[in-house]
Amino acid sequence: MKNGFHVFLAAFVALGISWLGFVLGSILQLGVEGQATVLQSSDLYPVQRPGAATMGLQVYRAEGCAACHTEQIRQEGVACDVVLTAMGNNPAAVKKAVAGLGAQISDATNALPKTVLSRVSKAGADAATASISSAGGTAEIHIVATGPDIARGWGVRGSVARDYLWDDPVQLGNLRAGPDLANVGARLGNVTWQLLHLYAPQSVVKGSAMPPFRFLFRVEKIGGAPSPDALQLPKPFAPAPGYEVVPTRDARNLAAYLVSLHADVPLFEAPFTPEVSTK
Amino acid sequence: MNPTSPESQTGATNAASCRVPFLALFGGGALWLVVGLTLAILASLTFHKPDIFANCAWLTYGRLQPAANDAIVYGFCVPAALGVILWIFCQLSESELLLPLLPIVGANLWHLGVFVGLIEILIGGSTGFPSLEFQRGGSVLLFAAFLLIAISAFATFGARRRRELHPSHWFLLAALFWFPWIYSTANLFLMAWPVRGVCQAVVDWWFCANFLFVWTALAGIGVGLFYLFGGPNDEEATGPDDNQRFLTLFSFWTLILFGAWCGIPQGAPVPAWLPALSAVGAALTILPILTIASVALRAVRTRGAAPCRGGPRCSILFGTAFFVISGIMFVALGCPHIGPVIELTWFAFAQTQLQILGFLTIVLCGAICALMPRVMGFDLVFPRLARVRHWLFISGIVLFAGALAVGGILQGLKLQSLAPFATVTASVLPFYRVSTTGLLFLWLGALLFALNIFGMTLKWKLARLHSCLAWLRAPEETIAAADTAAAAGNGRAK
Ligand code: HEC
Repeated sequence: MKNGFHVFLAAFVALGISWLGFVLGSILQLGVEGQATVLQSSDLYPVQRPGAATMGLQVYRAEGCAACHTEQIRQEGVACDVVLTAMGNNPAAVKKAVAGLGAQISDATNALPKTVLSRVSKAGADAATASISSAGGTAEIHIVATGPDIARGWGVRGSVARDYLWDDPVQLGNLRAGPDLANVGARLGNVTWQLLHLYAPQSVVKGSAMPPFRFLFRVEKIGGAPSPDALQLPKPFAPAPGYEVVPTRDARNLAAYLVSLHADVPLFEAPFTPEVSTK
Repeated sequence: MNPTSPESQTGATNAASCRVPFLALFGGGALWLVVGLTLAILASLTFHKPDIFANCAWLTYGRLQPAANDAIVYGFCVPAALGVILWIFCQLSESELLLPLLPIVGANLWHLGVFVGLIEILIGGSTGFPSLEFQRGGSVLLFAAFLLIAISAFATFGARRRRELHPSHWFLLAALFWFPWIYSTANLFLMAWPVRGVCQAVVDWWFCANFLFVWTALAGIGVGLFYLFGGPNDEEATGPDDNQRFLTLFSFWTLILFGAWCGIPQGAPVPAWLPALSAVGAALTILPILTIASVALRAVRTRGAAPCRGGPRCSILFGTAFFVISGIMFVALGCPHIGPVIELTWFAFAQTQLQILGFLTIVLCGAICALMPRVMGFDLVFPRLARVRHWLFISGIVLFAGALAVGGILQGLKLQSLAPFATVTASVLPFYRVSTTGLLFLWLGALLFALNIFGMTLKWKLARLHSCLAWLRAPEETIAAADTAAAAGNGRAK
């Protein structure tokens, strides 16, 4: 390179290519994304969060919860479960077919539907359903997402771009000092639990390493009647007698946001069979 | 070098032209480095005692951590790098600093921007985008300040006598160009006209990789090459031979071409082509990293490994070693099968910290401690402390980033293996303890560095005050003395 202009040009070309690809490319592709219909349903997804939850996202941003929590479930792949739904006219043959797959079923029909094979490939699942149906039984194939995050119960499928459509700012996070929260509303959907956890994490999770956010609450002297919003704290965490802990609006919004975090519907780009039909 | 030779005379006036801008850039930078590490230590306390700041919104972990990071990166790394770039351009151009007013104004605007941005984060006004937490006001100030300083750098670059470019020119010019582009793109698409949904994350990842990896590499390696190969007036300078020149050029091209593709994590909730492209970029980024390593090794061998006394070359060699390690960690994070295990853990955090504090900060502090005596015309106030500072930094970063990297790998493996979450947290804690110790070392080192910079500022101010007083007392004598000195200088210059 002979002069400054050449250096400038080199940097311009290198950064320009990356800019066109990553910035412009992703905006062109993802920027036009809209709602989609949930698989096997006519519901649209995602829907706007309720107002309080939208404001709660701003509390989440301001307190920097994303410094310790991610909101992105990682999925490694998909697998199939084979679920027996009906025994048909020849239970003995079906039982034999199921035993051939390495599972046991009892006689009681109320044990159905029952997962007889789990986490197998599509071909394996097809072969199993074929053998069951040739014995006269009925079996369904359920699609399940796989990966450590899902096995941990953090979600039922991997996060996809569409999940974040209405959020601003999107808080994906980059460190898992605490659990992933993309689907926390589905597993801890109770506002009271969330408020207790924010005020005193150790009051609901033994030995929790999460910092308490007591500044989101007010400790007030009980006036005439106790406030209906006051937290019911277990003894070691409760305030002095005659006082009560009342969540501020920020705390309530934040809790509303947390319980609104759901990423648990099947989509075209993230298919799975919802849990409700199996036992 | 003979102190009365004409070159050294012009060299001294050239160096003197940098005084005020450098004191502004480095003085503020040193202050932010101490502030940033203080905030980082406070933040880390949360993991030792979770409820320590439970009642104080300002000091909650989620605010302290980004504030600490930004204070170090924006407060120290960028202005310090800009100052050193100005110095290197002066040296390579054999010229004084042109348009010195711009960097003075720029430095003050820059520090004001950092101040505003940090206060906003601490009162809960962060934007929520990693490494771009400053709100509009702060980022506009930073952007304008960068341009002002860059203009002065370009003017000084244009005044050079030798047309041929030094390899460090390539890296540093590219760094001056790189930052305004990525910073404006990121701020426009995240703040001015926010893009929707997960595009925000893509823009932020793109910025982070281009800033925290590519930009820091351009700046740090550019500075490093200047001290490895030597400037035009450096008697010991060997200069790059053809082979080294070619290798450096190769590393420059591969760094800007492939480094710019990195950053989208494997398994991110985005269309698959984005992480796939990033994986290719990351794999190819190994090329510049290894090439830089070989150039540095050869430079050591040709000039012999002098015992390390904390001089600039010594800092640069350590810094380059940390760059190579951090670069390999960065590549590992981008690889398809390894990345998903380690990326959402402390390992990724350790990589960034190693790049910023291990590589760039060590290189810059080494360069600053070497150039300030020449700029100010007197030695460091506490030269011994500079050496102590060097070793504190090195041991600090090894403890800090090393412990977190190992802890992060463990955390990643445990998260994969479905160990209960509380066990995962508990198993990282011992490593975290060590890392806080490392932070304390770094903090002490930063304090010593700041002491030297502020000591020089004070000494210089006192000297100026002295000459002012002397002039007030006896104006004629002072002017006459100055005249004879100038005449003597002119006589020598002819
Ligand atoms: C210093 C790191 C840290 C910060 C900051 C932090 N958390 Fe946590 N969080 C944790 C840890 C560790 C756990 C796991 C222990 C527990 O469940 O209490 C956790 C657990 C949780 C859980 C329960 C998740 C589950 O699956 O059990 C929720 C909900 C939560 N945090 C919300 C928040 C919110 C909201 C904020 C911001 C106001 C926040 N956290 C800030 C570390 C943190």
